Amino acid sequence: MSTSYGAHADDHHGPEPGLLRWLFTTNHKDIGTLYLWFALIMFFVGGFLAMGIRAELFMPGLQVMDPHLFNQFTTMHALIMIFGAVMPAFVGFANWLVPMMVGAPDMALPRLNNWSFWILPFAFTLLIGTFFLPGGAPAAGWTIYPPLVLQGGANVAFMVFAIHMMGISSIMGAINIIVTILNMRAPEMTLLRMPLFVWTWLITAFLLIAAMPVLAGAVTMLLTDKFFGTSFFNAAGGGDPVMFQHVFWFFGHPEVYILILPAFGIVSQIIPTFARKPLFGYESMVYATASIAFISFIVWAHHMFTVGMPLSGELFFMYTTMLIAVPTGVKVFNWIATMWRGAMTFETPMLWAIAFVVLFTIGGFSGLMLAITPVDFQYHDTYFVVAHFHYVLVTGAIFAIIAGVYYWLPKWTGHMYNERLGKWHFWLSTVSVNVLFFPQHFLGLAGMPRRIPDYAVQFTDWNMVSSIGGFAFGLSQLLFVYILVQTIRGGERAADRVWEGAHGLEWTVASPPPYHTFEKPPRVTEAEAHG
Amino acid sequence: MAAANGGYYVPHGTKWPIMGSIGMFTLLGGFAMLLNGNSSANWIMVAGTVIIVVMIIGWFGTVIGESESGAYNAQVDISFRQGMLWFILSEVLFFAAFFGALFYARIYSVPWLAGEGAGGMMTGPLLWPGFEGTWPTNGPGDIGGTFGTIPAFGIPFINTVILISSGGTVTLAHWALKNNDRGKLCWWLFVTVALGLLFLALQAYEFAYAYGDLNLTLGSGVYGSTFFMLTGFHGLHVTIGVIMLLVMLIRSMRGHFTPQNHFAFEAAAWYWHFVDVVWIGLFIFVYWF
Amino acid sequence: MHRRTPGQAMSSGIAALTALVLASPSAFAAWDLNLPVGVTPISRIVYDLHMLILWICVAIGIVVFGVMFISIMRHRKAVGAQAARFHHSTFAEIAWTVIPIVILVTMAVPATTTLIKMEDTTDADLTVKVTAYQWMWKYEYIEDGVTVYSTLAPSSRQAIYEDPTKVENYLLEVDNPIVFPVDRKVRLLLTADDVIHAWWVPELGQKKDAIPGFINEMWTLIKEPGVYRGQCAELCGKDHGFMPIVVRAASEDEYRAWVAERKMAQAEQAALAMHSWEKTELMALGEKVYVTACATCHQLDGDGIAGAFPSIRGSEVATGGLQDHLKLVMDGRAGTAMRAFGAQLSDVELAAVVTYQRNAFGNATGDVVQPAVISAARNLNTGG
Ligand code: HEA
Ligand code: HEA
Ligand code: HEC
Ligand code: CUA
Ligand SMILES: [Cu+2]
Repeated sequence: MSTSYGAHADDHHGPEPGLLRWLFTTNHKDIGTLYLWFALIMFFVGGFLAMGIRAELFMPGLQVMDPHLFNQFTTMHALIMIFGAVMPAFVGFANWLVPMMVGAPDMALPRLNNWSFWILPFAFTLLIGTFFLPGGAPAAGWTIYPPLVLQGGANVAFMVFAIHMMGISSIMGAINIIVTILNMRAPEMTLLRMPLFVWTWLITAFLLIAAMPVLAGAVTMLLTDKFFGTSFFNAAGGGDPVMFQHVFWFFGHPEVYILILPAFGIVSQIIPTFARKPLFGYESMVYATASIAFISFIVWAHHMFTVGMPLSGELFFMYTTMLIAVPTGVKVFNWIATMWRGAMTFETPMLWAIAFVVLFTIGGFSGLMLAITPVDFQYHDTYFVVAHFHYVLVTGAIFAIIAGVYYWLPKWTGHMYNERLGKWHFWLSTVSVNVLFFPQHFLGLAGMPRRIPDYAVQFTDWNMVSSIGGFAFGLSQLLFVYILVQTIRGGERAADRVWEGAHGLEWTVASPPPYHTFEKPPRVTEAEAHG
Repeated sequence: MAAANGGYYVPHGTKWPIMGSIGMFTLLGGFAMLLNGNSSANWIMVAGTVIIVVMIIGWFGTVIGESESGAYNAQVDISFRQGMLWFILSEVLFFAAFFGALFYARIYSVPWLAGEGAGGMMTGPLLWPGFEGTWPTNGPGDIGGTFGTIPAFGIPFINTVILISSGGTVTLAHWALKNNDRGKLCWWLFVTVALGLLFLALQAYEFAYAYGDLNLTLGSGVYGSTFFMLTGFHGLHVTIGVIMLLVMLIRSMRGHFTPQNHFAFEAAAWYWHFVDVVWIGLFIFVYWF
Repeated sequence: MHRRTPGQAMSSGIAALTALVLASPSAFAAWDLNLPVGVTPISRIVYDLHMLILWICVAIGIVVFGVMFISIMRHRKAVGAQAARFHHSTFAEIAWTVIPIVILVTMAVPATTTLIKMEDTTDADLTVKVTAYQWMWKYEYIEDGVTVYSTLAPSSRQAIYEDPTKVENYLLEVDNPIVFPVDRKVRLLLTADDVIHAWWVPELGQKKDAIPGFINEMWTLIKEPGVYRGQCAELCGKDHGFMPIVVRAASEDEYRAWVAERKMAQAEQAALAMHSWEKTELMALGEKVYVTACATCHQLDGDGIAGAFPSIRGSEVATGGLQDHLKLVMDGRAGTAMRAFGAQLSDVELAAVVTYQRNAFGNATGDVVQPAVISAARNLNTGG
């Protein structure tokens, strides 16, 4: 229990037995595992909602659900995927890996770490529970714009408080990660020897600390506008509904980089390993990540080009948004330069990482097209936007997460996964995900708005294609679960340095690593740091 | 700096966080039910509050016990310090959201509603004829009815003086602690707490006056909204700060802290300075201009 | 089976999928892939800009993915590649920072000039104020004094749960289309009554939000006569997907004729309000109004949707005091989706719909509300 004073008096203390181990744990590996399982479950819940959306959109007319329920599905799909699947998955990676990568005994603030996780299940109970309220779950889109969201009835207060709780969880998690990185490194682990994954998480954590409180403020104003008579978003009282959008996107745009920077980190670990060559341009990768993070705070209104901003504002946000392509491009070029003249092999993690580079870049290109204000007037709120963000989120963030799972799973479990099934999972997913999302570009350009449960008949064909791709992609993920369970339960023993070309402290310890990894700070050689 | 040595204290197993989550869930779930018209939900909120209070006392009690027993080395101390600093940064950004709303209303939406600027050319004349767009305002719909405002150089100014002085007294207490002058430490801490309470009392009086005599309420359009949200959340933070300082006072009287090792004291002091700085922003932008 | 790689298996899968899609009954429907070129000078510039940027991205993609592909082919261990050790090149890093910046600037220049043109709403020939409601549009022709309410056509509404392919322009048809004269600069003043909506007709190359309490401006100048269809493009609640826009672009003469016709209809409406109505007439008209204006929320059977829209059947308001009922329908209820219908419906329509609600769905108050009662209520409101 928490009264075991005197650090490591009990050096070989293992986990507590039974369920209490998971409720009370302060161990970064246990907490990482909790985060990862939570994320997987939420991915399936959010995916279930997405399957509902795709089923309704399979053909014109309403067959599966009424429009109000459809809007609830869309809203909850996005909230669950973003706050329940992708963010916790990355925090799970951070928990497992950051202490091992920097040579720390554990996270800096272990009790807080437990709390960061255990807030989440409660927050999502509040959020998902709204489905059972009269009037149902929030249905105004994940962007929760007033005045529409305020018509939500009983769900508004629950949703607001759920978001507050998620925010608290994220902020505490971010603080923990920053402090671990800044204060807990082994003496020889200088900042510029840190693996890129650690760097991207350090910067992401700052984004979280700066962005999440702003979201908390925004939803607090929603709450008071609905229940306490304030007029923040009401023109008659001198407020403005658009003001909410500014505050929301001041959070929301950095948020999308919160969802992608750790992915960049994961991919930057994987590609050098399988190219058997040091990461090209390590330092420029660090600077590029920092620039992306900085610029992400001054581009937010590119989500609001149609709200009627003054011309000067539209121009400013167009230029800054376009600028982000430069540091992002630097990253893409560095990855390719890392592959160039390497000695590549294509194990499952590498396949996912390569697909990430290609498909994320495609999503980046459509992002750049959206940044061009006069043309965004056409694209905005159509399926072109939906295609854009699923390319960066699904084939970006989710692909990187899956790549990372395959890459570190042998380290975590001590077993090799089934390589042949892994490759099947990759090919099935990669083909079906493109069948799912590529046609949505066409739909958007041809004029199909987003967030509609039913559409004009000329959009039928591409919607059918997209839905078929969606079902195929969803089913393929069942294979993933099968592989995970199979690997956890047994399989070929993994070596300490699972991959021939892998570098970094996590590969110097056993697979699976002992419950407490570095009781003494490890040595860090230049060769181990950079390969 | 970054020397992770074997002495870093890693607690094993803790029941406080899960309890905190349950408390938070109960409190907020109850509040949501109350807002939705379930009037007996206040009992759920009471239960949630009790759980949270027990959790806070238990958690901090454990940490204080560990600290006093010498379980924490210098590196743990640094972790705590950095954690507190980033926490305060997140609080700053929480206030930034409301300041942002204030500036947006004053610079953009209110002038637009009055027909000024590119965004308002037609808005004013077509939708809100006759609206002047001066600040303070409760908007073209005259939401909440005519109201008066609180002049900056009355209670708010006195409160500014009080808070700034309390920032000074807490620093005096800190110096005393570093000089191991326990008497002065307790005295200056006491003065700081007293000043904080005085601030709160004046603020409460001001709110009562605003509601009772000026008809200035949360519902007084965007002025009332930004005014009470900013000053109200600030007041809440002052209250938290006072409680923190009070705990520090009690601990000081019990002989806790050493001249070298007193993270908790410093954390409370930093928090207090943060509350102070936010107030100066409030004084300037909410009351004065 | 195990000798086939997943890649090969997948490619036969794609072939099968393609065959399936091509064989679908609607395979001959339009397989639209791209933005419409549109019918306004602006929409054409926007189209060109779109294509320019698309091709630039495709070109960058070919180069970047090409290099990567070559690397994957040639620098793989399977073909005996030896890993090099380099990890840095100042020249390359400067080049791939500067070149993208140059490309971005070449994109930004035409984008800026286009945007400046789009934002210039001066010198309009005609001004139309557009107000969005959940879920219909109101158009007021400021100079010509014509007001049009435009909502989803009944033909589409009926097909939603049946067979949409049987209806022409499913979900893109309205009861009252609006008319714009061709070759005239039309300025639109957009606002909304309840939540945010957005007015978008793709062929006109622009979209803009309609925000409650604020006016947004946009303009259009249609070059070719024809019928152009669009939709609300900002999530506005349950029937967001059922809020189409239809614009007919016609010659100046046709436009004038349409204005005259609308004015005549408005005058007839006013005359109708003068005489006294039979209960059956009111109930018949009331049902029509209810179906178009109220049923999206309160549902055709009057049962509403639990938790969101109250039931009219047995409603305390619809079976209680008449004045309260009138007031609620005319003034709406602030902060809920129940908006004020006073300005939107005519005296006759209000009288009819209130009569209908008080006598349908098992509500049996027996009240008959005459249009004169409504105008009295209106005068009372403005007088007080
Ligand atoms: C992981 C999440 C993620 C990421 C990384 C991005 C990345 C980018 N996004 Fe995206 N975006 C979203 C998630 C994300 N976005 C979401 C969720 C929405 C919708 C929200 C909602 O409304 O619900 C959205 C919406 C969105 C919009 C609003 C569209 C609209 O509603 O009208 C815009 C507009 O500018 C935009 C732009 C961009 C740009 C310019 C980038 C850039 O960062 C991309 C940069 C990358 C590249 C350009 C490719 C690589 C670069 C090179 C190979 C170099 C050379 C290239 C050139 C010189 C062109 N995004
Ligand atoms: C990280 C974020 C993330 C992820 C991973 C996804 C994943 C998916 N998304 Fe989502 N999506 C968003 C973020 C995300 N999305 C956001 C932000 C929006 C905007 C919301 C808004 O407008 O407010 C959105 C909106 C959105 C829409 C538009 C809805 C609308 O505008 O009305 C659609 C439509 O096709 C869609 C589809 C999908 C699909 C098919 C997947 C698939 O990748 C999901 C695959 C996963 C599974 C399917 C789960 C696993 C499998 C099973 C459960 C087994 C059972 C399988 C079967 C029954 C076949 N999403
Ligand atoms: C956009 C949705 C919407 C439309 C359209 C709509 N209503 Fe309503 N209506 C509501 C909502 C929401 C309420 C509940 C308001 C509240 O919470 O007090 C309501 C309440 C009512 C009530 C009171 C019911 C009760 O028992 O409380 C009546 C009567 C009513 N509406 C009549 C009408 C009429 C007549 C029309 C059409 C001319 C109409 N409504 C159109 C949403 C709508
Ligand atoms: Cu109106 Cu969407
Ligand atoms: Cu963005």
